[in-house]
Amino acid sequence: MITAPVNKIIPFSCVDGPGNRTAVFLQGCNQACLYCHNPETIAMCSNCGACVAVCPAGALSMEEGEVRYDITKCCLCDACLKACPSLSSPRIRQLTAEQVMGEIAVNLPFISGITVSGGECSLHPDFIRELFTLAREKGKSTFIDTNGQTPLWEQEALLAVTDKTMIDLKSGDDDEHRQMSGLSAALPMENIRRLAPLGKIYEIRTVVVPGLLDNRRTVEAGARLIAPYPDIRYKLIRYRPFGVRPAMPETPVPTDDEMAELEALARSCGVQDVCVV
Amino acid sequence: MSFQNFQDFQNEVLRLITDPKLTFRERMIELAKAADDQLDIIEYSEATRKLIEQNIVFQMFEGSAPFRPRYCVPDYSLFMKQGSKFLQLEPPTDIWSAVGNLMCFYHNQTGAGGLPVYAGCLDELLDPFITDEAEARKAIKMLLTHMDTTNGDAFFHADLSGRDNKAARILLELSAEMQRPCPNMSMLYRADTPDELALAAIRAGLECSKPSFANDALYRADNGDYAVVSCYNTLPIGGSGMTLVRLNMQYLPRLASTKEQLLDEVIPAVTAAMCEVIDKRTQFIVDTCHYYENTYMFKEGLLHNDTDHMIGMFGYAGLAECVNGILKPADVSGRYGNCEEADALGEAIMERMYTEMNKYQPKYGKICLHAQVGVMEDKDCSPGGRIPIGDEPALPMHLRQFARMHKYCAAGCGDIFPFDETAKRNPEAILDIIKGAFAVGVRYLSFYSNDSDVVRITGYLVKRSDMEKFSAGEQTLHDATVLGKGITEGLGLLDRKVRGV
Repeated sequence: MITAPVNKIIPFSCVDGPGNRTAVFLQGCNQACLYCHNPETIAMCSNCGACVAVCPAGALSMEEGEVRYDITKCCLCDACLKACPSLSSPRIRQLTAEQVMGEIAVNLPFISGITVSGGECSLHPDFIRELFTLAREKGKSTFIDTNGQTPLWEQEALLAVTDKTMIDLKSGDDDEHRQMSGLSAALPMENIRRLAPLGKIYEIRTVVVPGLLDNRRTVEAGARLIAPYPDIRYKLIRYRPFGVRPAMPETPVPTDDEMAELEALARSCGVQDVCVV
Repeated sequence: MSFQNFQDFQNEVLRLITDPKLTFRERMIELAKAADDQLDIIEYSEATRKLIEQNIVFQMFEGSAPFRPRYCVPDYSLFMKQGSKFLQLEPPTDIWSAVGNLMCFYHNQTGAGGLPVYAGCLDELLDPFITDEAEARKAIKMLLTHMDTTNGDAFFHADLSGRDNKAARILLELSAEMQRPCPNMSMLYRADTPDELALAAIRAGLECSKPSFANDALYRADNGDYAVVSCYNTLPIGGSGMTLVRLNMQYLPRLASTKEQLLDEVIPAVTAAMCEVIDKRTQFIVDTCHYYENTYMFKEGLLHNDTDHMIGMFGYAGLAECVNGILKPADVSGRYGNCEEADALGEAIMERMYTEMNKYQPKYGKICLHAQVGVMEDKDCSPGGRIPIGDEPALPMHLRQFARMHKYCAAGCGDIFPFDETAKRNPEAILDIIKGAFAVGVRYLSFYSNDSDVVRITGYLVKRSDMEKFSAGEQTLHDATVLGKGITEGLGLLDRKVRGV
């Protein structure tokens, strides 16, 4: 039985692809971006137990050297996340695709599809393939939200059951990408290059961080990659400081003018659908 | 209210005509109500009278001597086709005469609040007269301005047919642009309503909290050709909502200590009392006041007085508080909306009430369930069978629970979901929710964006900015502001769980 570490399931989301979607977040990421907005999804739990003592609801315990989580007792206060020394969460459940489908069955009449996100969900391609196969049997569309740091184009069986991907482009420059995330821009760009002609990209996204990143360079690089494909949207996301790690330097939030300028730049490179959030 | 002595009555009259917050029109309506309340001449059985005194059977400020049906739902299509002899109106020939005839008709209707509650299925009425779109826009804007400024309450309801046409698009655009709370508006959402039209309605809804969406298939099966009027009452076209009496279910745990006692003794007894009040009030309107013989709308065929068109509205509120009051759960996990035992009891109560209600044969018309939206005085009493604010579960569970508890509400029910403004970028997400909700049996739903000025209180709309003005002691155009202000504070309505979809 293939399982994946599920961090959480959001029953209805309007920001994870087209229409109303159930979003499934998997734990663990192969990047560690400075501006990550849910840093507790980055690492796998090291079973250090720091969270057990701070849980006010008795939902966490140590058994046989492992942290155990009882979702029925959890009050979602996030005390465990604040106490975690290693960018992780004890609220992780190893679930099979069937179990996830069972949990989201109640949502099915209300959603267009499901989106798997993370963490980095593409680290669990076999799980996603099984989940998407089941979702498609129910007539639901299947989306992957990814950082692009795994060669998705090689995953033919997965792509066959995936409607679209949404790929991050954190920087158009290798060094800058490495500074921000720990890995270079090569794989995300190659994924965009290879998946676009297959019709497997819904959108690419860039988080705009003034003062820290060369946003114009990134947007230009991203726009040139997707300009030949008019269906692909470029989503430009304002950096917001909420929930980021202390490691992230203080930096201003982009102004409306800066966002409008980048939107115009993407359009001037030939992108037809640009969305600023 | 009725008074013990004439001095108290005089004091109330003086209070009404000197209250600085009441507009001229509101003073007149309140004066008339005060007078009609002194005429306590309908005779109820002893048991029923006691339940009225205990405020368990509640007459909804309709007056103790009702001389007209609470809601009148005239056949506007026929009115447009034939004009009106009584009003000396020829059938309209262009957009201006169409709009003009409607305005005349709105001023000559009967109803408990002295104001019309139904404005017609506006897109179907107006679309045939649209030749020049710019001209039509001007005419329809005038109509909407007229409706909001002359009707003064938010219980005036316009419907949209759910079919795409120019008039529907203009009405949606103008509603979003004008930001006026009146008219309230519903789209009768049909299986064949095009997504593009529904999305236009959703976009408008996120700007001005209207239209709401009615599940056309369900209501059409109950009522045939129907209209959504007032808050969200659903009544047959050409019909009347004769009277609305409300069962205050939050008090029922005072009469029952166990589930069994509630279901087997209390519910049958209070249901019989409710039906008696509805029946006798209806008889008073028809037999004593000769309502039908005395209205031109009946004579001209715009209203009918057969069984299917005379609806006694059996309102109820506080189902959640009733269930919680019987089960006394320790925390939210055992409360109505969050626990199968509580929801199963809620469903059993509704089944029993519906069965008992159907055993009663009124002299006129039929009695239908209506999930009442609340009155200003409500505290610890959620509208109809809604889940109390603060106890709302995740949206998919909430919608299914709502469908389950309101299956029998042929005369209307509704629930309201505020969305985070991010939904504006993805109205398709809300359409998915509406389609899913209707597929699982939800009859009616409303939504608004959390950043709107016009917001939905329990069924009607008010402006947040007006409530602020009223709090500061100023008069406002809409008397619903007064209701909205009171009920919002009583029930914490603007603290509804905002859905971040």
